[in-house]
Amino acid sequence: MDWFYQFPHMDDNALRDLKKVIDETFRGFTRNYGELIEGFFTPLQHFLIAAERFMTKTPWPIITLLILAIAWGATRSLRIVGGCLVTLLLIGYFDMWDDTMRTISMIFVCTVLSIAIGLPIGILMSRSDRVQRVVNPVLDVMQTMPSFVYLIPVVMLLGIGKVPGLIAVVIYAIPPMIRLTNLGIRLVDKDVLEAADAFGADNRQKLFKVQLPLALPTIMAGINQTIMMALAMVVIASMIGVQGLGQPVLKAIANQYFTLGIFNGLAIVGIAIMFDRVSQAYGERLQKHREVVHG
Amino acid sequence: MADHAFGGIQIRHLYKIFGPNAQSHVEAVKNGLTKTELNERYGHVLGLRDINIEMPSGSIQVIMGLSGSGKSTLIRHINRLIDPTAGEVLVDGVDVVKMPETELREFRRHQTAMVFQKFALLPHRSVLDNTIFGLEIQGVSRAQSIDTAMCWLERVGLKGFEQKYPNQLSGGMQQRVGLARALANDAPVLLMDEAYSALDPLIRTDMQTVLLDLQKEIKKTIVFITHDLDEALRLGDQIAILRDGEVIQQGSSQDIVLRPADDYVANFVKEVNRGRVVHVEAIMTPFGATAVDSGQRIAADLTIEEAVRTLASAPEGDIIVVDPSGKPLGTVTFRQLAGAMVNAHETNDRDMAIAATAA
Repeated sequence: MDWFYQFPHMDDNALRDLKKVIDETFRGFTRNYGELIEGFFTPLQHFLIAAERFMTKTPWPIITLLILAIAWGATRSLRIVGGCLVTLLLIGYFDMWDDTMRTISMIFVCTVLSIAIGLPIGILMSRSDRVQRVVNPVLDVMQTMPSFVYLIPVVMLLGIGKVPGLIAVVIYAIPPMIRLTNLGIRLVDKDVLEAADAFGADNRQKLFKVQLPLALPTIMAGINQTIMMALAMVVIASMIGVQGLGQPVLKAIANQYFTLGIFNGLAIVGIAIMFDRVSQAYGERLQKHREVVHG
Repeated sequence: MADHAFGGIQIRHLYKIFGPNAQSHVEAVKNGLTKTELNERYGHVLGLRDINIEMPSGSIQVIMGLSGSGKSTLIRHINRLIDPTAGEVLVDGVDVVKMPETELREFRRHQTAMVFQKFALLPHRSVLDNTIFGLEIQGVSRAQSIDTAMCWLERVGLKGFEQKYPNQLSGGMQQRVGLARALANDAPVLLMDEAYSALDPLIRTDMQTVLLDLQKEIKKTIVFITHDLDEALRLGDQIAILRDGEVIQQGSSQDIVLRPADDYVANFVKEVNRGRVVHVEAIMTPFGATAVDSGQRIAADLTIEEAVRTLASAPEGDIIVVDPSGKPLGTVTFRQLAGAMVNAHETNDRDMAIAATAA
């Protein structure tokens, strides 16, 4: 009756061997191809470094004005622009400017990358049910797998630094982008699509003139979610050497510096709210012609 | 294309069966398998059965039927938004069914334009940008498209609304945009799928007038789908009545009203205002010797209602019916005109009822 109380698991030695074989294979793979893969990611690294240099080396008044200008352009709301200004001034006053700029540059690059990869995948997914059936479970894994787990192979391959951090963040943050692009395109009014067909639009014209513009509000919601999730990963990414607001938080955890932790935590919350309000207001502005006024 | 006369549309032996194995049931349907049997035995839905319609160039062909009769399916075969199971659809002599995809796309861009029941406008584009949509797809330059679009927007009465967005307009005005968008394409075939069904009655009449006025100039081959018999009779040069995927009667409005093919059509026609449909020609007495010339003359293609209106103050006696060239065709009396305005069958029934009570 032993098997009844104890799950009859795989033989200990066999299990150990199995793990060993997988680990060895992967380690071998890393040794052989690590440099090649690192080379593949160099352009990304340059992009990251350039973005970070721009954000930290540009004098703070210029950056502040730039962010406010973007906020105004996207929202046309004085309230939101005012909120951004206060947030930025507070962050600067409490001496977190440089870390905040590093985090913002990281989030910016992650978002650009997520859109660049997520949008085409979302479009493909919306076109074919088969692709959707394959991609959906992958996205589920990406969203639920604890991020520490996929940090291991990433660090083994690429070491510690910005690029592995970036990859970890993108893996975590890209699923809503893909899902909402797919959803947005699938929800486009069938009647309008039929009209495009009737006028002889080809697939490309349908995509760029009908599907993407009509799905844009949903896609914007996806971008908003992606930004939020990327920000949530900042602290974890700092464990593998990503600089920014995450590192002081990590230091605060290790040394029980309550105030340091809460200041930097609040700075993350501050920029999260900034990004969220600006991107949401932009999404709403895109929809201003959508409400049905006349039935 | 300027020197080539458009050849109209011919639909021949068109069948449509919906279901995974449509092709294998065509023969059975051709041999008389009914819609219900097909559905019960094989789980396939018969959409259209043996449709044959000749639509001459430059006329308005109305296809009328209630919901589920297959009329929207039929119109979508003309630009092949739906593929038929069997049969041919010849537009200007070319079989649309056999066209490869790229040719079909070119055909849709240049030969047909469509107006939809639910307008199907692009909500993110202004009225002007919606109107140039078809031209944009064709690859016409923006400046040129805008000229064309502005011209058509003015024609449908939307001047000054170019920069508005569809949701800022009423239903009637949105459909004007739909019409302008279709006309801007300058295609010989105009497909109108229940284009006015979503509009309220007054606006609908208004839009019918717009279409009839335009048609006098543009002379397109228009296929108009409707479930409203009054609309069909007002617009149609030719009318085909569809029921359960089959054409049960084809002909002019006169034919449909005066000689309904079966009880189903007769039932429809009963509610129609005959005075507005039937022409004087249909009820006149062809020339006999007994005519008393009262000096009154009316055109043969006038409707009874119009005739009564013009003759209301005329003296008693026979009225001469003349054709457009002025040649006398026959005579008609005021009494005949009045009698024709009420349904002949009903009158007979009532006469019999009166006779029966008297006896």
